[in-house]
Amino acid sequence: MKKSLRVVTLIMAVSLLLVGLTACGAGSSSKFTSIEQFKKNGKIKIGVFADKPPFGYVDSEGKNQGFDVYIAKRFAKDLLGDESKVEFVLVDAASRVAYLESNKVDIIMANFTVTDERKEKVDFANPYMKLSFGIVSPDSAPITSIDQLKEKGQKLIVAKGTTAETYFTKEYPDIELLKFDQYTEIFAALKDGRGAAIANDNTELIAWAKSNPGFTVSIPAFGGQDTIAPAVAKGNKELLDWLNSELDTLGKEQFIHQAYKETLNEVYGEGYTDELVVEGGKVE
Amino acid sequence: MQNLGIEVLFEGSNMERLLGGLLVTIEISFISIVIGTILGVFMGLLRTLDSKLLKFILRLYLEVFRIIPILVWLYVVYFGFTPLLDINISGEVTSILVFSLWGAAEIGDIVRGALESMPKHQIESSKALGLSNGQIYRYILIPQALRRMLPGSINLATRMIKTTSLVVLIGVIEVVKIGQQIIELGVIKAPTASFWVYGFIFILYFLVCYPLSRLSKRYERKWQN
Repeated sequence: MKKSLRVVTLIMAVSLLLVGLTACGAGSSSKFTSIEQFKKNGKIKIGVFADKPPFGYVDSEGKNQGFDVYIAKRFAKDLLGDESKVEFVLVDAASRVAYLESNKVDIIMANFTVTDERKEKVDFANPYMKLSFGIVSPDSAPITSIDQLKEKGQKLIVAKGTTAETYFTKEYPDIELLKFDQYTEIFAALKDGRGAAIANDNTELIAWAKSNPGFTVSIPAFGGQDTIAPAVAKGNKELLDWLNSELDTLGKEQFIHQAYKETLNEVYGEGYTDELVVEGGKVE
Repeated sequence: MQNLGIEVLFEGSNMERLLGGLLVTIEISFISIVIGTILGVFMGLLRTLDSKLLKFILRLYLEVFRIIPILVWLYVVYFGFTPLLDINISGEVTSILVFSLWGAAEIGDIVRGALESMPKHQIESSKALGLSNGQIYRYILIPQALRRMLPGSINLATRMIKTTSLVVLIGVIEVVKIGQQIIELGVIKAPTASFWVYGFIFILYFLVCYPLSRLSKRYERKWQN
């Protein structure tokens, strides 16, 4: 009895120490790479998605592609003079903040929606895209109002770490959520009929529904407008300023429109340009 | 013929990428198993010694690895320790580190169990015959313990191989992650891709793990006689 108590105490002590050390690690600000150094090193690490077409994905040749990637490559070209000098780090939705906090990437360009909560942990540059939430459901049992989801047995599928998850947890605590780690899994879950609908960013859903007959975006927009922006580690002002002036320059040549044309047209059609693109970092 | 969706496996360099991903899986597990076994045998031997303190520390080490999920270890090391120590280790190195330490803890326990299960009279008889402690381990205990260790160790090895699928969450691109990338790309063109890709990954894991369990069966039988 006494011995087991001692074991428990020690385990607690060790875990406390671990937590304490980790907390310290997150708090201490390590030095950021300056713009000069980036140019000298000829390398920048940008975190992108690998499983979220058409924004960030890996094609069948193993190359990074997509809207975010297209813009990230341009950043690298303007900063380092060569777009091939960018090193893409493939990130997960839920650990995007952690990648910045632990300095594993310099910039996150992984469809990162700006929220107040995230602003406390990372610094967002000006946006390059805007969107709101949407809901996709099967044609056979369409969900046309959020109230329908409050009925018993109606599960709403969300991906962990996304703004949609936060929104429903906060605004509709009585809706039963079914959460998955990966984007791959939420769509598979809807197809398997494990939930009544998926809530996520509307862009994602419009694209998916378009290529998956039998499913429609039954609620195209709700929950206000959000913006998507590049993010850097908290306090990395030099890189943040550079990004903002870069977005400003790109706005003059309508580069984000070009990125849309190259990467999104195929999926959304031209009709959505005004709804999605933010040029020059300024939302009208 | 009906479009089965199996073509997705052969599109572009998908097959090469999947096999490349499998190589990463094998690499991480193999290196971890080797390091884990070396450390683990050592730890197991230490645990049969009489020092109470040593026993307690090693026991604690084992329990810590058993109680805290491997995923948490991966996160703590990858996102927690590296900025703290101001070093930047890759996801692959983190995985090998965590899996080695886990393997060492488990192998240590298996070794201890095997050694302690040896009947006491064997040690006493050996001493009576005038063998030294080293000789007792070398000629009496270890050869027998090895047989008793085998099933547990192989079991652990296959468990480690399968658990490496967690490393996708710290950004290591192994076979499961590549599978998911292929599926996601296919969401637009080939919605049935997930069946084929996961099916293929299932076969790959089977091909890696099955020979191990066959091997263990063979040796078990051989050593029984």
